[in-house]
Amino acid sequence: MRERTDIFANVDWITIILYFALVLFGWFNIYAAVYDASANQSIFDLNLNSGKQLIWIGASVITIIIIFFADFRLIDSLAYIAFGVVLLLLIAVLFFGREVAGSTSWFEIGSFRFQPSEFAKFVTALALAKYLGDPQAKLDRIPDLLGVCAILFLPVALILLQGDAGTAMVFSIFILVLFREGLSPIPLILGVLGAIVFLLAIYLTQIVELSPTWIYTTIIIIGIIATIINRKKRSKLITSILITLAICGVVRSVDFVFEDVLKPHQQTRILVLFNPDLDPQGAGYNVNQSKIAIGSGGFDGKGFLEGTQTKYDYVPEQSTDFIFCTIGEEHGYIGSFIVIVLFSALILRVIQLAERQKMRFSRVYGYCVAMILFFHFSINLSMTIGLFPVIGIPLPFFSYGGSSLIAFTVLLFTMVKLDSHRMQVLSH
Amino acid sequence: MFKERKVIIQSVVIFVGIILLTRLFHLQIIDETSRLAADNNSRRKFVEYPYRGLIYDRNGEIIVYNKPVYDIMVVPSEVDMEDTTKFCSLLDIDKQNFIERMSEAKHYSYVKPSVFYSQMSNEEFARIQDRFSEYSGFYVTPKTNRYYPYSGMANALGYIGEVTPGILKRDTTSYYKSGDLIGISGLESKYEDALRGKRGVSYKMINVHGVVKGKYKEGKSDTIPEPGLNITTTIDSELQKYGEKLMDGKIGSVVAIEPATGEILSIVSAPSYNPNLLTGREFSKNYSLINSDTTKPLYNRPIQADQYPPGSIFKMIQALIALEEGVISPQTRVVCNRSIINCHGPHSYEDLRGAIKHSCNPYFYETFKRIIQQGEVNSFNADAAVGLEGWIEHLKTFGLGQRLGIDLPNERTGVVPTVSLYNRIYGEGSWNFFTVYSLSIGQGELGVSPLQMANLSAIIANRGFYITPHLVKEIGGSRELVPEKYKKKNYTSVSPDKYGVVVDAMDAVVNSGWSGTGARAHIDDIVVCGKTGTAQNPHGEDHSVFIAFAPKDNPKIAVSVYVENAGQGARAAASIAGLMIEKYLKGEIERKHIEDYALEGDFIY
Repeated sequence: MRERTDIFANVDWITIILYFALVLFGWFNIYAAVYDASANQSIFDLNLNSGKQLIWIGASVITIIIIFFADFRLIDSLAYIAFGVVLLLLIAVLFFGREVAGSTSWFEIGSFRFQPSEFAKFVTALALAKYLGDPQAKLDRIPDLLGVCAILFLPVALILLQGDAGTAMVFSIFILVLFREGLSPIPLILGVLGAIVFLLAIYLTQIVELSPTWIYTTIIIIGIIATIINRKKRSKLITSILITLAICGVVRSVDFVFEDVLKPHQQTRILVLFNPDLDPQGAGYNVNQSKIAIGSGGFDGKGFLEGTQTKYDYVPEQSTDFIFCTIGEEHGYIGSFIVIVLFSALILRVIQLAERQKMRFSRVYGYCVAMILFFHFSINLSMTIGLFPVIGIPLPFFSYGGSSLIAFTVLLFTMVKLDSHRMQVLSH
Repeated sequence: MFKERKVIIQSVVIFVGIILLTRLFHLQIIDETSRLAADNNSRRKFVEYPYRGLIYDRNGEIIVYNKPVYDIMVVPSEVDMEDTTKFCSLLDIDKQNFIERMSEAKHYSYVKPSVFYSQMSNEEFARIQDRFSEYSGFYVTPKTNRYYPYSGMANALGYIGEVTPGILKRDTTSYYKSGDLIGISGLESKYEDALRGKRGVSYKMINVHGVVKGKYKEGKSDTIPEPGLNITTTIDSELQKYGEKLMDGKIGSVVAIEPATGEILSIVSAPSYNPNLLTGREFSKNYSLINSDTTKPLYNRPIQADQYPPGSIFKMIQALIALEEGVISPQTRVVCNRSIINCHGPHSYEDLRGAIKHSCNPYFYETFKRIIQQGEVNSFNADAAVGLEGWIEHLKTFGLGQRLGIDLPNERTGVVPTVSLYNRIYGEGSWNFFTVYSLSIGQGELGVSPLQMANLSAIIANRGFYITPHLVKEIGGSRELVPEKYKKKNYTSVSPDKYGVVVDAMDAVVNSGWSGTGARAHIDDIVVCGKTGTAQNPHGEDHSVFIAFAPKDNPKIAVSVYVENAGQGARAAASIAGLMIEKYLKGEIERKHIEDYALEGDFIY
């Protein structure tokens, strides 16, 4: 008994309550998304997604208990091993996986399906934490940076090979973790600027259909003006010239990246962001229907189980990637508000937990958890309301699916476990 | 180390949250378009068609009803058929046809039902019904078609068809939608508003595949269809059938009216067509066949053939006007001077009754001259204009030269000349009685439709008034909705006491043995009054005309018969009129020889 009280003594109940609030809200919405008034099915019906999700919730609770009863030191010591195992699974899935919707990311054994890339985020976070947990590791040292790059790019490359660009994009959020751990902000700023220039260039060439000559001419004229202004100071002069050339380079790359690297469906997903009416029956359809469903909810929604757009299949994937539509439609702005507040609170709470860690390992891991949740939450919502291209990533704890729910549970509760032992310092 | 960066990251999280909340605020609260779009998506209007009203004859016999037909619908995605041969033989189509129908359906939609086989008859459907259920993906939608149990009276009943773009454009009430059925001619068109009933509308929720998932807002905005009102017509279908039988193979019209009420007992247009041809899926094919028939079966002669010269039946009107004007009396005699105008039969110096009986042309030449040239004005020519004007006013009160107002579409006016017409032809003041004298015997610038002739017969039968002839007796089981004009008496300008001599003369036409021209209309125990006409026709043989009513006292039926190119009115027309009266008043025909004559007779000799 004494050990038991020890286990729960230092857990962060705020995080746990937020977690269960999200999971239960999600469960009700999965039921609502598939509810058919004429069929009179119960939320517990195992033929329904809601019934199956309940099993996954049960499995998650068991997972949580296992995590709590395990020795927290295992987390640190198994970090690289787990990373290695998942990398092997990511390789194996390329050969033995089943292709679903264009990506080979699922193992299928009987009726049981499992997506290793969901766990890649977790083990990458562990490996990164382990790597940076070494007090010697410094992010301004080239060899250490290369190590970090290796940890990140291995899973990303394998996931990209599966054809799952959406999950691969999640790893980009680790740059914020690295920034917190001392990475120079320059790559971050350059990345954001590059993305803005890239999108602007797409907008100008693909939507406005401006001739590239005009764009280059404008950039070069601005560049020359900047160079003339800065001609006195040598370093500024060189920077001006370099930036001008870099922007030209990005613009030049747009054609290549957009037309040759991106697949046609990815191209249209970007284009419909700028103009949703571009292809209302095709690529614009999902986003349009999703926005209609959410928008039709109004202030207080149509009521639980009263949504029509989601239930009558106007919104595709309404149990998984587009689960937020059900919330928006049935619970209106109030529901959206609650979801956003709950998620923001959870993310900020996890950041808080990370900051109070004594070990760098735990802090890095905590930031990884917060940022993964942040990326999934913000990008998933953005894509349902037409602020971001549809990249097919789930809303944590809400979207239907065992792999996703258990992976996020493990991710979060590993942090809760580490946090409950924050007073104990591991000796290396 | 780098602790301050925590704040930056927290700010990013909060900032993104605010962006999302702002965007959602706009989407969910400010922007209305999604709410409309959501309704557009998932709410669909379903029209429920009411049962069209039935049509009965005056004795309660049904003459138009709705017959169930079955549309075979297919949902291509649900079809699972290994061997189509059996299915094809069931529907009696060949394999190629099956493939065509399927690909058409697939072209429309894989998941929504479309018509595979339209308007299968009750009998056909009964034959396949049992085995039909074995085939998945095929469904049956019952519909109704108009059906005419006895195949006559096509032009009076009319037909229904899909609304045309033209009708939709003219429809100011915006009631009709493309694909609706509407009465296009005859009674179906005239009483469309009563017969059609009221469409019901229901709003249902549909899913993305178009499958109905339930009522919209629990059916609060739904309306139930109201069936159309049944109509009882004035038609006696036995008489109608008989009239059609008599007119078989002839061109012309028979119209029978109940004089006291203006109710049309029968209205025959010959040749006609089987109204059942213009229902159902063969509509267009049959319509173009009928429409291109050179005998013009779609031409509704009783109300549209208004160019017929009335011929001798017009002499009664001349007599009545002359009596009213006081220019003759029943005792007035006129020498049958055949040097001015030809005549027929052995007579020489008749009074009015004899003149009508013998159809004496010189008598009415003189009579008309007295009407026209009354010496009101000094100038002989100008006097004719005044006289003619007065004469025309009289004619109008007999319903000539204007639409009577029967409840059928496209009634025509007939022709009554005007003073200005002659002024235009001959010049003002340059014409007089001698210019227009052919009017005196019902020739010249006169045109009368068979309906107007029957109405004339009814006027004489009623001794001076008529009720606008009509076909509707009850609407929805009551007379309340029957227009007022079908209940109101219209008096002629000739006072009732003037009619006696004309009635007596018409009695004599029929009941003077073979010396009367109407002898073929004689029935032993019924006093039939009639008048023959033989209208000259520049294009061929004369038209045979007869009007009659019976019995003489308290008449029950007034008839006009017009048979084109059948020679003298005494032959075909008088026979048919007599038979119609006999059939109506006695129920059966005792004078078989007349019937045979009317059916088989060669009237031209």
